[in-house]
Amino acid sequence: MRKPIGWSTIIIAVLVAVSAGLVWRRDGTAGVLDILTHDLSLFGGILPRVLAGCLLGALISEILPHEKVSRSLGPKSGLMGLLIGTAFGAILPGGPFTAYPVASALLAVGADFGATIAMVVSWTLIGYGRAVAWEIPIMGTDFTLWRIVISLPLPVLAGALGRFVYVRLYPKPAMKDDET
Amino acid sequence: MSAALLIDILLWGSVLGVGLIAFRRGPAVFKASLREGSMDFINIVPRIALGVIGSGYIAAIIPQEVITGWLGPDSGWLGVASAVVAGAATPGGPVIGFSIGTVALKSGGGVPQVVAYVVAWALFAFQRVILWEIPFMPARFVWFRCAVSVPFPFVAAAIAMVIGRP
Repeated sequence: MRKPIGWSTIIIAVLVAVSAGLVWRRDGTAGVLDILTHDLSLFGGILPRVLAGCLLGALISEILPHEKVSRSLGPKSGLMGLLIGTAFGAILPGGPFTAYPVASALLAVGADFGATIAMVVSWTLIGYGRAVAWEIPIMGTDFTLWRIVISLPLPVLAGALGRFVYVRLYPKPAMKDDET
Repeated sequence: MSAALLIDILLWGSVLGVGLIAFRRGPAVFKASLREGSMDFINIVPRIALGVIGSGYIAAIIPQEVITGWLGPDSGWLGVASAVVAGAATPGGPVIGFSIGTVALKSGGGVPQVVAYVVAWALFAFQRVILWEIPFMPARFVWFRCAVSVPFPFVAAAIAMVIGRP
Protein backbone atom coordinates (compact mmCIF):
# COMPACT_ATOMS: atom_id res chain seq x y z
CA MET A 1 0.00 0.00 0.00
CA ARG A 2 1.26 3.54 0.43
CA LYS A 3 3.45 5.61 2.68
CA PRO A 4 1.60 7.07 5.69
CA ILE A 5 1.98 10.78 4.91
CA GLY A 6 1.55 12.04 1.38
CA TRP A 7 0.23 15.13 -0.31
CA SER A 8 -3.31 13.79 -0.21
CA THR A 9 -3.14 13.42 3.56
CA ILE A 10 -1.79 16.94 3.93
CA ILE A 11 -4.52 18.43 1.71
CA ILE A 12 -7.21 16.56 3.65
CA ALA A 13 -5.70 17.62 6.98
CA VAL A 14 -5.77 21.28 5.90
CA LEU A 15 -9.39 20.95 4.70
CA VAL A 16 -10.36 19.36 8.01
CA ALA A 17 -8.59 22.04 10.07
CA VAL A 18 -10.33 24.83 8.14
CA SER A 19 -13.73 23.12 8.46
CA ALA A 20 -13.25 22.50 12.18
CA GLY A 21 -12.32 26.16 12.56
CA LEU A 22 -15.51 27.22 10.78
CA VAL A 23 -17.60 24.87 12.95
CA TRP A 24 -15.94 26.34 16.05
CA ARG A 25 -16.74 29.89 14.94
CA ARG A 26 -20.37 28.95 14.26
CA ASP A 27 -21.16 26.53 17.11
CA GLY A 28 -18.39 27.11 19.64
CA THR A 29 -16.37 24.49 21.49
CA ALA A 30 -19.48 22.43 22.26
CA GLY A 31 -20.24 22.06 18.57
CA VAL A 32 -16.69 20.91 17.82
CA LEU A 33 -16.77 18.37 20.67
CA ASP A 34 -20.21 17.11 19.58
CA ILE A 35 -18.94 16.16 16.15
CA LEU A 36 -15.73 14.76 17.62
CA THR A 37 -17.48 12.37 20.02
CA HIS A 38 -19.95 11.26 17.35
CA ASP A 39 -17.19 10.59 14.83
CA LEU A 40 -14.96 8.87 17.39
CA SER A 41 -17.70 6.33 18.12
CA LEU A 42 -18.19 5.89 14.36
CA PHE A 43 -14.44 5.35 14.04
CA GLY A 44 -14.50 2.68 16.77
CA GLY A 45 -17.29 0.86 14.98
CA ILE A 46 -15.47 0.93 11.65
CA LEU A 47 -12.09 -0.32 12.90
CA PRO A 48 -12.85 -4.07 12.92
CA ARG A 49 -14.06 -3.84 9.34
CA VAL A 50 -10.93 -1.96 8.33
CA LEU A 51 -8.85 -4.75 9.88
CA ALA A 52 -10.87 -7.36 7.99
CA GLY A 53 -10.41 -5.38 4.77
CA CYS A 54 -6.64 -5.19 5.27
CA LEU A 55 -6.37 -8.91 6.00
CA LEU A 56 -8.53 -9.71 2.98
CA GLY A 57 -6.37 -7.53 0.72
CA ALA A 58 -3.12 -9.07 1.99
CA LEU A 59 -4.40 -12.65 1.74
CA ILE A 60 -5.78 -12.13 -1.75
CA SER A 61 -2.56 -10.60 -3.07
CA GLU A 62 -0.74 -13.59 -1.56
CA ILE A 63 -2.89 -16.33 -3.10
CA LEU A 64 -3.63 -14.79 -6.51
CA PRO A 65 -1.35 -16.12 -9.25
CA HIS A 66 0.52 -13.02 -10.35
CA GLU A 67 1.23 -14.05 -13.98
CA LYS A 68 -2.39 -14.96 -14.48
CA VAL A 69 -3.64 -11.64 -13.07
CA SER A 70 -1.27 -9.56 -15.17
CA ARG A 71 -2.25 -11.58 -18.23
CA SER A 72 -6.01 -11.24 -17.74
CA LEU A 73 -6.11 -7.78 -16.07
CA GLY A 74 -2.79 -6.21 -17.09
CA PRO A 75 -2.09 -3.43 -19.62
CA LYS A 76 -2.22 -5.89 -22.53
CA SER A 77 -5.48 -7.54 -21.50
CA GLY A 78 -7.58 -5.53 -23.95
CA LEU A 79 -11.35 -5.34 -23.85
CA MET A 80 -11.49 -8.75 -22.14
CA GLY A 81 -9.54 -7.36 -19.16
CA LEU A 82 -11.93 -4.43 -18.82
CA LEU A 83 -14.90 -6.81 -18.99
CA ILE A 84 -13.39 -9.10 -16.35
CA GLY A 85 -12.74 -6.07 -14.11
CA THR A 86 -16.33 -4.92 -14.62
CA ALA A 87 -17.79 -8.35 -13.86
CA PHE A 88 -15.60 -8.68 -10.78
CA GLY A 89 -16.66 -5.27 -9.45
CA ALA A 90 -20.32 -6.07 -10.05
CA ILE A 91 -20.29 -9.32 -8.05
CA LEU A 92 -17.91 -8.27 -5.26
CA PRO A 93 -19.74 -8.54 -1.93
CA GLY A 94 -19.43 -6.12 0.98
CA GLY A 95 -18.84 -2.38 1.11
CA PRO A 96 -15.96 0.04 0.59
CA PHE A 97 -13.96 -1.84 3.24
CA THR A 98 -13.78 -4.82 0.86
CA ALA A 99 -13.81 -3.13 -2.55
CA TYR A 100 -10.82 -0.83 -2.07
CA PRO A 101 -8.45 -3.29 -0.35
CA VAL A 102 -9.24 -5.88 -3.03
CA ALA A 103 -8.73 -3.31 -5.81
CA SER A 104 -5.44 -2.31 -4.21
CA ALA A 105 -4.39 -5.97 -4.05
CA LEU A 106 -5.20 -6.41 -7.75
CA LEU A 107 -3.06 -3.38 -8.60
CA ALA A 108 -0.23 -4.85 -6.54
CA VAL A 109 -0.26 -8.21 -8.34
CA GLY A 110 -0.31 -6.90 -11.90
CA ALA A 111 -3.68 -5.42 -12.87
CA ASP A 112 -3.30 -2.11 -14.70
CA PHE A 113 -5.05 1.19 -13.94
CA GLY A 114 -7.61 0.57 -16.70
CA ALA A 115 -8.90 -2.77 -15.43
CA THR A 116 -8.81 -1.56 -11.81
CA ILE A 117 -10.76 1.58 -12.74
CA ALA A 118 -13.33 -0.64 -14.50
CA MET A 119 -13.59 -2.71 -11.33
CA VAL A 120 -13.98 0.23 -8.92
CA VAL A 121 -16.44 2.08 -11.17
CA SER A 122 -18.42 -1.11 -11.73
CA TRP A 123 -18.55 -1.79 -7.99
CA THR A 124 -19.89 1.67 -7.27
CA LEU A 125 -22.29 1.97 -10.25
CA ILE A 126 -23.64 -1.53 -10.94
CA GLY A 127 -22.68 -3.47 -7.81
CA TYR A 128 -25.79 -4.93 -6.23
CA GLY A 129 -24.82 -4.27 -2.60
CA ARG A 130 -25.68 -0.59 -2.33
CA ALA A 131 -28.54 -0.88 -4.84
CA VAL A 132 -30.32 -3.56 -2.82
CA ALA A 133 -29.61 -2.10 0.61
CA TRP A 134 -30.26 1.60 -0.09
CA GLU A 135 -31.16 2.66 -3.62
CA ILE A 136 -34.21 0.40 -4.18
CA PRO A 137 -35.82 1.16 -0.79
CA ILE A 138 -35.28 4.92 -1.14
CA MET A 139 -35.51 5.64 -4.86
CA GLY A 140 -37.74 2.77 -5.94
CA THR A 141 -37.16 -0.32 -8.09
CA ASP A 142 -38.04 1.31 -11.42
CA PHE A 143 -35.60 4.18 -11.08
CA THR A 144 -32.83 1.95 -9.70
CA LEU A 145 -33.04 -0.70 -12.43
CA TRP A 146 -33.28 1.97 -15.11
CA ARG A 147 -30.29 3.82 -13.64
CA ILE A 148 -28.27 0.58 -13.54
CA VAL A 149 -29.12 -0.18 -17.19
CA ILE A 150 -27.89 3.29 -18.15
CA SER A 151 -24.72 2.70 -16.11
CA LEU A 152 -23.90 -0.69 -17.68
CA PRO A 153 -21.50 0.63 -20.36
CA LEU A 154 -19.78 3.14 -18.06
CA PRO A 155 -17.21 0.91 -16.26
CA VAL A 156 -15.75 -0.41 -19.52
CA LEU A 157 -15.72 3.10 -21.01
CA ALA A 158 -14.05 4.53 -17.89
CA GLY A 159 -11.46 1.75 -17.92
CA ALA A 160 -10.80 2.27 -21.64
CA LEU A 161 -10.43 6.03 -21.16
CA GLY A 162 -8.16 5.35 -18.20
CA ARG A 163 -5.89 3.14 -20.32
CA PHE A 164 -5.94 5.60 -23.20
CA VAL A 165 -4.86 8.48 -20.95
CA TYR A 166 -2.42 6.39 -18.89
CA VAL A 167 -0.25 5.24 -21.79
CA ARG A 168 0.00 8.85 -23.00
CA LEU A 169 0.68 10.27 -19.55
CA TYR A 170 3.25 7.62 -18.64
CA PRO A 171 4.57 6.48 -22.04
CA LYS A 172 7.26 4.23 -20.60
CA PRO A 173 5.56 1.21 -19.03
CA ALA A 174 6.54 0.88 -15.40
CA MET A 175 5.68 -2.82 -15.33
CA LYS A 176 8.90 -4.84 -15.53
CA ASP A 177 7.09 -8.02 -16.54
CA ASP A 178 5.37 -6.24 -19.40
CA GLU A 179 5.90 -8.42 -22.45
CA THR A 180 6.65 -6.33 -25.53
CA MET B 1 -28.80 -3.55 12.67
CA SER B 2 -29.31 -6.94 11.04
CA ALA B 3 -27.91 -5.57 7.77
CA ALA B 4 -24.73 -4.54 9.58
CA LEU B 5 -24.50 -8.00 11.14
CA LEU B 6 -24.94 -9.63 7.73
CA ILE B 7 -22.17 -7.45 6.29
CA ASP B 8 -19.85 -8.42 9.14
CA ILE B 9 -20.59 -12.12 8.71
CA LEU B 10 -20.00 -11.86 4.96
CA LEU B 11 -16.80 -9.89 5.49
CA TRP B 12 -15.22 -12.10 8.13
CA GLY B 13 -16.48 -15.17 6.27
CA SER B 14 -14.54 -14.01 3.21
CA VAL B 15 -11.44 -13.39 5.33
CA LEU B 16 -11.78 -16.88 6.79
CA GLY B 17 -12.32 -18.47 3.37
CA VAL B 18 -9.36 -16.74 1.74
CA GLY B 19 -7.30 -17.38 4.87
CA LEU B 20 -8.05 -21.10 4.61
CA ILE B 21 -6.85 -21.14 0.99
CA ALA B 22 -3.67 -19.31 2.03
CA PHE B 23 -3.15 -21.72 4.94
CA ARG B 24 -3.37 -24.73 2.63
CA ARG B 25 -0.60 -23.18 0.52
CA GLY B 26 1.54 -23.44 3.64
CA PRO B 27 1.69 -21.87 7.10
CA ALA B 28 4.56 -19.60 6.02
CA VAL B 29 2.43 -18.00 3.28
CA PHE B 30 -0.43 -17.66 5.73
CA LYS B 31 1.71 -16.06 8.44
CA ALA B 32 3.37 -13.67 5.99
CA SER B 33 0.05 -12.38 4.69
CA LEU B 34 -1.34 -12.01 8.20
CA ARG B 35 1.70 -9.97 9.16
CA GLU B 36 1.40 -7.86 6.03
CA GLY B 37 -2.33 -7.30 6.58
CA SER B 38 -1.71 -6.21 10.18
CA MET B 39 1.02 -3.81 9.07
CA ASP B 40 -1.32 -2.34 6.46
CA PHE B 41 -3.93 -1.94 9.16
CA ILE B 42 -1.53 -0.09 11.46
CA ASN B 43 -0.52 2.20 8.59
CA ILE B 44 -4.09 2.86 7.54
CA VAL B 45 -5.63 3.59 10.96
CA PRO B 46 -4.33 7.18 11.19
CA ARG B 47 -5.62 7.97 7.70
CA ILE B 48 -9.02 6.44 8.43
CA ALA B 49 -9.14 8.39 11.69
CA LEU B 50 -8.42 11.61 9.84
CA GLY B 51 -11.05 10.69 7.25
CA VAL B 52 -13.81 9.78 9.70
CA ILE B 53 -13.29 12.61 12.13
CA GLY B 54 -12.41 15.12 9.45
CA SER B 55 -15.27 14.43 7.08
CA GLY B 56 -17.67 15.05 9.95
CA TYR B 57 -16.40 18.64 10.15
CA ILE B 58 -16.42 19.10 6.38
CA ALA B 59 -19.99 17.76 6.25
CA ALA B 60 -21.04 20.11 9.06
CA ILE B 61 -20.13 23.20 7.06
CA ILE B 62 -22.00 22.11 3.91
CA PRO B 63 -25.68 22.97 4.44
CA GLN B 64 -28.04 20.49 2.79
CA GLU B 65 -30.11 23.31 1.29
CA VAL B 66 -27.11 24.19 -0.85
CA ILE B 67 -27.01 20.66 -2.26
CA THR B 68 -30.76 20.57 -2.98
CA GLY B 69 -30.52 24.07 -4.47
CA TRP B 70 -27.96 22.82 -7.00
CA LEU B 71 -30.42 20.09 -7.99
CA GLY B 72 -33.08 22.59 -8.99
CA PRO B 73 -35.42 22.34 -11.96
CA ASP B 74 -32.87 23.71 -14.44
CA SER B 75 -33.31 21.15 -17.18
CA GLY B 76 -30.39 21.81 -19.51
CA TRP B 77 -26.74 20.80 -19.45
CA LEU B 78 -26.11 23.52 -16.88
CA GLY B 79 -28.53 21.61 -14.64
CA VAL B 80 -26.57 18.42 -15.30
CA ALA B 81 -23.29 20.15 -14.46
CA SER B 82 -24.59 21.54 -11.17
CA ALA B 83 -26.07 18.12 -10.35
CA VAL B 84 -22.59 16.63 -10.80
CA VAL B 85 -21.08 19.18 -8.41
CA ALA B 86 -23.90 18.50 -5.95
CA GLY B 87 -23.25 14.74 -6.13
CA ALA B 88 -19.56 15.19 -5.34
CA ALA B 89 -20.27 17.64 -2.51
CA THR B 90 -23.04 15.63 -0.83
CA PRO B 91 -21.96 14.78 2.72
CA GLY B 92 -22.93 11.59 4.52
CA GLY B 93 -23.77 8.10 3.37
CA PRO B 94 -26.20 6.52 0.89
CA VAL B 95 -29.35 7.46 2.85
CA ILE B 96 -28.65 11.17 2.42
CA GLY B 97 -27.55 10.89 -1.20
CA PHE B 98 -30.52 8.84 -2.39
CA SER B 99 -32.98 10.84 -0.28
CA ILE B 100 -31.82 14.07 -1.91
CA GLY B 101 -32.23 12.40 -5.32
CA THR B 102 -35.78 11.31 -4.45
CA VAL B 103 -36.73 14.76 -3.20
CA ALA B 104 -35.35 16.30 -6.39
CA LEU B 105 -37.36 13.87 -8.56
CA LYS B 106 -40.57 14.60 -6.64
CA SER B 107 -40.10 18.35 -6.62
CA GLY B 108 -39.71 18.66 -10.36
CA GLY B 109 -36.03 18.01 -10.98
CA GLY B 110 -35.35 16.61 -14.44
CA VAL B 111 -34.72 12.84 -14.70
CA PRO B 112 -31.38 13.21 -16.57
CA GLN B 113 -30.20 15.65 -13.90
CA VAL B 114 -31.13 13.26 -11.09
CA VAL B 115 -29.37 10.40 -12.90
CA ALA B 116 -26.29 12.61 -13.25
CA TYR B 117 -26.54 13.40 -9.54
CA VAL B 118 -26.79 9.76 -8.44
CA VAL B 119 -23.98 8.65 -10.77
CA ALA B 120 -21.74 11.57 -9.69
CA TRP B 121 -22.46 10.78 -6.06
CA ALA B 122 -21.51 7.13 -6.61
CA LEU B 123 -18.31 8.13 -8.40
CA PHE B 124 -17.08 11.12 -6.40
CA ALA B 125 -18.91 11.58 -3.06
CA PHE B 126 -16.10 13.30 -1.18
CA GLN B 127 -16.71 11.49 2.08
CA ARG B 128 -16.26 8.04 0.51
CA VAL B 129 -13.15 9.17 -1.36
CA ILE B 130 -11.55 10.68 1.75
CA LEU B 131 -12.65 7.99 4.14
CA TRP B 132 -12.12 4.83 2.09
CA GLU B 133 -10.56 5.22 -1.30
CA ILE B 134 -7.56 7.41 -0.43
CA PRO B 135 -6.54 5.42 2.67
CA PHE B 136 -6.70 2.06 0.89
CA MET B 137 -5.54 2.83 -2.63
CA PRO B 138 -2.38 4.46 -3.99
CA ALA B 139 -3.06 8.22 -4.09
CA ARG B 140 -1.98 8.44 -7.71
CA PHE B 141 -4.61 5.89 -8.64
CA VAL B 142 -7.39 7.71 -6.77
CA TRP B 143 -6.77 11.08 -8.44
CA PHE B 144 -6.37 9.41 -11.80
CA ARG B 145 -9.57 7.42 -11.35
CA CYS B 146 -11.51 10.53 -10.32
CA ALA B 147 -10.19 12.59 -13.24
CA VAL B 148 -10.96 9.86 -15.75
CA SER B 149 -14.49 9.43 -14.32
CA VAL B 150 -15.49 13.09 -14.78
CA PRO B 151 -17.19 12.65 -18.19
CA PHE B 152 -19.37 9.73 -17.13
CA PRO B 153 -22.17 11.42 -15.14
CA PHE B 154 -22.63 13.53 -18.31
CA VAL B 155 -22.64 10.39 -20.47
CA ALA B 156 -25.26 8.86 -18.15
CA ALA B 157 -27.40 12.01 -18.42
CA ALA B 158 -27.08 11.93 -22.22
CA ILE B 159 -28.19 8.28 -22.34
CA ALA B 160 -31.10 9.15 -20.04
CA MET B 161 -32.12 11.98 -22.39
CA VAL B 162 -32.04 9.61 -25.37
CA ILE B 163 -33.88 6.62 -23.92
CA GLY B 164 -36.36 8.62 -21.84
CA ARG B 165 -37.95 8.16 -18.42
CA PRO B 166 -37.89 4.97 -16.38
